[in-house]
Amino acid sequence: MSQKFRLENGGLINRDKKLSFKFNGKSYYGYEGDTLASALIANGVHLVGRSFKYHRPRGFFGAGVDEPYAVVQLYRNNETEPNIKATEQELFEGLEAKSVNCWPSVNFDIGAINNFLKIFLPAGFYYKTFMWPKSFWYRVYEPFIRKAAGLGVASTKHDKERYEHKYEYCDLLIAGSGPSGLASAYAAAKNGARVILAEDKPRFGGSLLTSDVNIGNQSGEDWANSIISELKEMPNVVVKNRSQVFGYYDHNMLVMSEKVSDHLPKTKKHHPKQRLWYIRAKEVLISSGSIERPLVFGNNDTPGVMLSSAAKEYLKVYGVLVGKNPLVFTNNDSGYETAIEFKKNGVNPIILDSRVNPQSEIIDEAINLGIKIKFSHVVVVAQGYKKVSSADIAKISDDKKQLGTIENIKCDCICVSGFWTPTIHLASQSGNKAKFKEEIDAFVPGTSKQNETTLGAANGIFTLEETLKDSFIAGQDLSKKITNNDNKISFPNVVEKKSSQHDKFWCVPLPKGKSYKRFLDFQNDVAVSDIEIALKEGYRSIEHVKRYTTLGMATDQGKTSNLNGLQLVSNIENKVVPAVGHTTFRPPYTPISIGAIVGREVGKHSKPTRKSPMHAWHEKNNAVFVDAGVWLRPRYYKQGNETLFEASKREAKNVRTNVGVCDVTTLGKIDIKGPDAAELLNRVYTNAWLKLPVGKARYGVMLREDGIVMDDGTTTRISENHYHMTTTTAQAANVLSHLEYYLQLVWPELNVHVVSTTEQWAGAAIAGPKSRKLLEKLFPNNDVSNEGLPFMGYMESELFGVKARIFRISFSGELAYEVNVESDNGQFMWEKIIELGQEFQVQPYGTEALSTLRIEMGHVAGSELDGRTISYDTSLEGLISKKKDFIGKRSLNREAFTSSDRQKIVGVVPLDKKTSIPEGSHLVKDAQAPLPNKKLGHISASCWSVEHDNPFSLAILKDGKNMIGEKLFVMCPLKNKVIPVEIVSSHYVDPKGERVRS
Amino acid sequence: MLHIKCPHCGMRSQNEFSYGGDASIKRPQLNKEISDEEWDNFVYNRKSLRGKHLELWQHLSGCRQWIKVERDTATHEIFNTYKADEEIT
Repeated sequence: MSQKFRLENGGLINRDKKLSFKFNGKSYYGYEGDTLASALIANGVHLVGRSFKYHRPRGFFGAGVDEPYAVVQLYRNNETEPNIKATEQELFEGLEAKSVNCWPSVNFDIGAINNFLKIFLPAGFYYKTFMWPKSFWYRVYEPFIRKAAGLGVASTKHDKERYEHKYEYCDLLIAGSGPSGLASAYAAAKNGARVILAEDKPRFGGSLLTSDVNIGNQSGEDWANSIISELKEMPNVVVKNRSQVFGYYDHNMLVMSEKVSDHLPKTKKHHPKQRLWYIRAKEVLISSGSIERPLVFGNNDTPGVMLSSAAKEYLKVYGVLVGKNPLVFTNNDSGYETAIEFKKNGVNPIILDSRVNPQSEIIDEAINLGIKIKFSHVVVVAQGYKKVSSADIAKISDDKKQLGTIENIKCDCICVSGFWTPTIHLASQSGNKAKFKEEIDAFVPGTSKQNETTLGAANGIFTLEETLKDSFIAGQDLSKKITNNDNKISFPNVVEKKSSQHDKFWCVPLPKGKSYKRFLDFQNDVAVSDIEIALKEGYRSIEHVKRYTTLGMATDQGKTSNLNGLQLVSNIENKVVPAVGHTTFRPPYTPISIGAIVGREVGKHSKPTRKSPMHAWHEKNNAVFVDAGVWLRPRYYKQGNETLFEASKREAKNVRTNVGVCDVTTLGKIDIKGPDAAELLNRVYTNAWLKLPVGKARYGVMLREDGIVMDDGTTTRISENHYHMTTTTAQAANVLSHLEYYLQLVWPELNVHVVSTTEQWAGAAIAGPKSRKLLEKLFPNNDVSNEGLPFMGYMESELFGVKARIFRISFSGELAYEVNVESDNGQFMWEKIIELGQEFQVQPYGTEALSTLRIEMGHVAGSELDGRTISYDTSLEGLISKKKDFIGKRSLNREAFTSSDRQKIVGVVPLDKKTSIPEGSHLVKDAQAPLPNKKLGHISASCWSVEHDNPFSLAILKDGKNMIGEKLFVMCPLKNKVIPVEIVSSHYVDPKGERVRS
Repeated sequence: MLHIKCPHCGMRSQNEFSYGGDASIKRPQLNKEISDEEWDNFVYNRKSLRGKHLELWQHLSGCRQWIKVERDTATHEIFNTYKADEEIT
């Protein structure tokens, strides 16, 4: 297919490289340097989508980030992505895209019936229509709305692309590379400042690429190119195109999304698709320019109606005509610039200017070129359904209230210009309160809140000379403050045409008896009538009007609609615009892909992975791993076709009958040194610590100040002023911070140092009746008898030449030891234990067997110490010292903590001795009681007791102390289970604790 | 993201720190008889100030020191930072 709307010459595209692409299944050609939008327009395609609510045909309205209509589904390298603006997507060979929000096709869309039902779909129709009958919401209305709504389909496949995050610091971050961005970057760079210049488009230069100006005897475009090439050569400057600064956060932190590969058919090897930059800048220069404001008239959403600046950009950058018979409708001089460009390229436009008799250099030029101009004229309504075919125009009275005789003129596009809206989003996000500037009828940034300065059009300055001057000075002054250099730059000579005042007129009145839809928000289908309804129904705050009508709430965030909406409200309410106020700007300025936000933190990279020194051995021996925080721990060691249940039973049983070995490296370890170490422990733990002898370990429980148990573990006195504390795996980091808090802030007089040694020691628990025999083999030169190394004893030794610590402590309730060696020797220790343990039938056991052993023994762990229980609840009240004070003790007087029917840990056994009890189930008195059935307690941990060969659980039960022997019911609605159970002691095995002392 | 000047390490990003609450709260002395009200004020009751607030942060992924930060809770402006034992005038 030929590109009928492509000019013979001109534009910044590469005509030597033809690219083929598909849109809605049809093949077309464009050139390298095109966007999908410019290539489609070159091929005469203007129907690209359907509107959100009424499914009206929609075309292109802008040429960049402001585009409200041309949102497509993109197909690239076997992946699909929704919500892509055709005006931003660069063309590449083989690109495929489809229209969204239409079915079965964009040409014949059944949803367009909504357009005929529009009287039933006014503002707030969701709230009004779908309220009745109530049961219809989820059966009828919601599925219908879900099917009808949405702008594309997210891929359900794993995204194979790579996204990166980058952290950067600079002196000046400059957002936007138009005249103000270039001038300020240049001046600052010359002063030696570290500058980042970001441009969201592929080409640098902003408005200089399309305006007819002259800087230092060069065209605007040539001047931009020369500045950019000089900046690129400077080592203190980073120049980035395709990079949108979309968010301004606290303390001058800005976030920028760089589209590294989106313009290529395929991401290059080792390249990311996108890169998110977190930039901390000393100074921020916002040179984000301005967006042209639309004019509002009947059917102003018809494909072919577009911003005049967009028409000019398609012409000058892409060499594409948006129409061959254009009508320009304007309230200011910008429309003339577009008309002049048409004329220069052999097309005859007609200008309708709402002003009575404006005069300026630009208007004179248009007149001299012989362009037909009609002053005091407006477009009343665009005619044509899928494309503009003509326009009804009329003369308008000087007070803009009366329309004259309506006349129909042929045209194939209507280029509108309602003056300019400064892009103040970034300044506003930084906390800067916008102020209304009467001369331009728009908001500009007010007083700076952070270190931000807004320049040029973004600051409401629309002449090039003033913009350049301000920007050179800003770049120079701000960089001077930072670098102390003061390189003066001479201002270039600027030639530009002077403009005249715009007309304070944006919305064409309806002719008598007509009810044309006049759109304000093109993406969310919000028309003038919707705002009128909202106001009639009593909505006054602009924030409420916005939410009720959805004005400015679409993915374009109202870039072209907000100000016209405010103007309309102010007209109806008879207020000035600043009295109406404006809605809040929030990041992101443009939609950001989820991939870019997540970066490399996906899958296994979403968190760090910690492995014990024995990990390789576990892997080699069929360990099945489980996440324990960020640690990977063996859950069980699979033999043959064993299930988790079978393996853990085998491993636990072997501990009870022979000997098992478990990797306990993950336990938190804190080294505590100093003359006041014992005093610190005495204040931190609930029991007494001052008299613990050297070479002994003690079990301790620590509380939070509110009396809740924080953690438990054993601490061993290594030498006079040296202790080794262990914590649970989960609480290791918190306990260290806790100790540091008290040492640094509360009791700085204590002479103690604490440091984490979790990763310095590899730990193996050796448990079971044959563990001493194994220990004798491991440490033949030591006396490890019951007398030589009694329960809670400690010994230092050598394991075949390797320094080792031996603790006689037990979590399994069996005779047990824990051996620690320096991490590098962990694998050696483990292999020695396995090797020498063969004759005692040693087997490694994982966390599942570990749990089984501790549960049936009634030893508490994280599932009982869950941040809601006190010592009494977990039967640890015996460890509370009456003689001394400690952290959290005062809270234990609280009424709830001392009540006689306080919850307590108990054991639970199913009456049938067969049915396993799901963890988290509730205990109730009567399974048949009406809901809500009163909960007496919950199951905290469940196992299959290897000692008794039946299921056993621990529970935290109200008045647990007096419930032993009671029959209750376990209810688990999630698994639809009701299990009759008996309450027993939590010490289901060896209640007297004889084994650990044997 | 805030930028916090650790008095020991210098300017660091917020993600190296953890928040520790109101720095003006003093723990009652050990072994001292105090009323329920005093204890509740220590454990639970906090003012939710708008404006200048002296608060604790720990430089967790840095020097691990607890520091005091004078911050505006509405604007996030940080006026000053202090070492744990520094006199605040």
